[in-house]
Amino acid sequence: MTIFIIQLLNSFFYAAVLFLIAAGLSLIYGVMRIVNLAHGSLYALGAYVSAWVVGGTVGHAASGTLGLAGLLLLLPVGAVAVAVVGAVIEPTLLRPLYRRPEEYHLLITFGLLMILEDAMKFLFGGTPLTAGSIMDHMGSIPIGRLLYPTYNLFVIAIGLIAALGLWWIIYRTKFGVILRATSQDRRMAAALGLNVSRVYVQAFAIGCFMAGLGGAVVVPAQAAVLGMGIEALILAFVVVVIGGLGSLEGALVGALIVGLVRTAGIQFFPEIELAVLYLIAMAVLLIRPTGLFGRA
Amino acid sequence: MSLAVAKKGAITSIGPSAWRPAVVAIAILLVLAALPSLVDPYQTVLLTYGLIMAIAALGFNLLLGYTGLLSFGHSAYFGAGAYTVAFIVRDLGAQSMELCIVGGLLGALLISALFGFVCVRHTRIFFGILTLALSQVLWSLAFKFFWVTGGTDGIRVASAKLTLLGGFVNFAGPGSFQRFVFAYYYYVLGLFALATVIMWVIVHSPFGKALQAIRDNETRASFVGISVRRYRWIAFVISGAFTGLAGVLWVPLNGLTTPDILYWPFSGEIVFMTVLGGFRTFTGPIVGAVMFNYLKTYAVASTEYWQLLLGVVLVVLVLALPSGIVGTAARLAARFTRGTS
Repeated sequence: MTIFIIQLLNSFFYAAVLFLIAAGLSLIYGVMRIVNLAHGSLYALGAYVSAWVVGGTVGHAASGTLGLAGLLLLLPVGAVAVAVVGAVIEPTLLRPLYRRPEEYHLLITFGLLMILEDAMKFLFGGTPLTAGSIMDHMGSIPIGRLLYPTYNLFVIAIGLIAALGLWWIIYRTKFGVILRATSQDRRMAAALGLNVSRVYVQAFAIGCFMAGLGGAVVVPAQAAVLGMGIEALILAFVVVVIGGLGSLEGALVGALIVGLVRTAGIQFFPEIELAVLYLIAMAVLLIRPTGLFGRA
Repeated sequence: MSLAVAKKGAITSIGPSAWRPAVVAIAILLVLAALPSLVDPYQTVLLTYGLIMAIAALGFNLLLGYTGLLSFGHSAYFGAGAYTVAFIVRDLGAQSMELCIVGGLLGALLISALFGFVCVRHTRIFFGILTLALSQVLWSLAFKFFWVTGGTDGIRVASAKLTLLGGFVNFAGPGSFQRFVFAYYYYVLGLFALATVIMWVIVHSPFGKALQAIRDNETRASFVGISVRRYRWIAFVISGAFTGLAGVLWVPLNGLTTPDILYWPFSGEIVFMTVLGGFRTFTGPIVGAVMFNYLKTYAVASTEYWQLLLGVVLVVLVLALPSGIVGTAARLAARFTRGTS
């Protein structure tokens, strides 16, 4: 029973991180109709920046004066950095391409992926970076006769807060209305006097922020390594395909499904664990191409 | 974009249609045939890789350029061909390259028929994601079932043990690798020429025209009586077979097959080379594949950050030269001839 609870928590932890990545991917697609192949690399960038800041001299100073709180305050730096990168990428690289067929969107974001992967290698080197001090500071709580890291529960909470926050932004604020209007009809929104270009930059930056946040929260538990983004992107794809591209609820449910299946897979069928996920995505695409929550 | 295509169509129909490209092709083939005696073996190996990737890109472009479907999972068919050859050599002890080709083609055909059957139910972005997801199924299997596939170590295929042309050419004894490189270049060149001719015929056949009609307007194409999904499926299988053949030919030259060729960034490379050459032209993928191969080799040799370099090239290409090398050259040539006449 204890094992079951711990595995369930593990899958929630995993789902929380996946949700952060996939929600950003889905938001960007929903508003701008761009499938961002570099999204996984942006997640990796967030992980690297956060690990670098927390593990570096700034992190030591912060933990000396403020302790754990100082480190936790530094953690979102990665997400903010990625959001800034996103705000630069959208007007320079993506904006000239909106009128072109979507093949070019895939190509340019693939080029961006190659650039980002090597930029991270250049900036942070080949050795894995971690922000493990946060995990150590937080300690663990007993579950049954076993100990479970408190940090994992913290990440699950972050995932929930992010889901609620995004929902609130999209469905309860004026900005959300503008976002949804632009998503439904770009030209109509522009005709009504909305600055569509600015909405696009904001949407892209928020999507990038989510990816960076996913990287930032994962890095105290798992080290940032080269290639982590490429792997994460495919899993985020599986999530949004199951849930429906462009749907926030879909990203949440998809992340939970993938998290549960992956945890069960590692426990019971480790050889085909990944293959099963891709096959689920394929089955969903065949039966319900728009995903569980997608609109046509 | 549509204007450029229309112009190009006009150019090809003005000239004496069949013999001029044929003469140019034969001239290029003769130059290619003379090259190994002029350049050092390393260049021959590089060119062999380039020609092999050209076959893959040619197959890929039947889908992208002629049917209008962007596959992000062509690593699957390349890998299916490569791994089938590795299995044939390792488990059946086969030595004949022809046997490997037949087996590898069957493997690639099987996989592409299966995957294609699923994927052609969608177009546009969903097609891309489906092909991507399916190729990753193969990757994860090759990655995890290490007792079958060797995992990340891959499977070794020794070129010295292989024979070409039904045992007529073998590489036992001293100087094996040099002789293999020399003979294999001509072997690949022959198959490349054959593949190009077959693709030319396919593209210019009524079937090829039907594919282009589907690409340009699916609804009208189905009104004319073309069964869109079946045509797409057939195009998918042909495309997979070409890419599979490239995978088959690639293995003995590389000497090793690893899950890397099934991983999705490799699919991205196939897309990259096709766009580099220009996917709206027949020769674009060929030029693009050979160029990409050189570009990558020299980038890898000159900097640790070769991926960054290639990424910048791709971004600049998409922003500035979306019609690729051949497309841009054709446009410039058209402007030049118009200017002089």
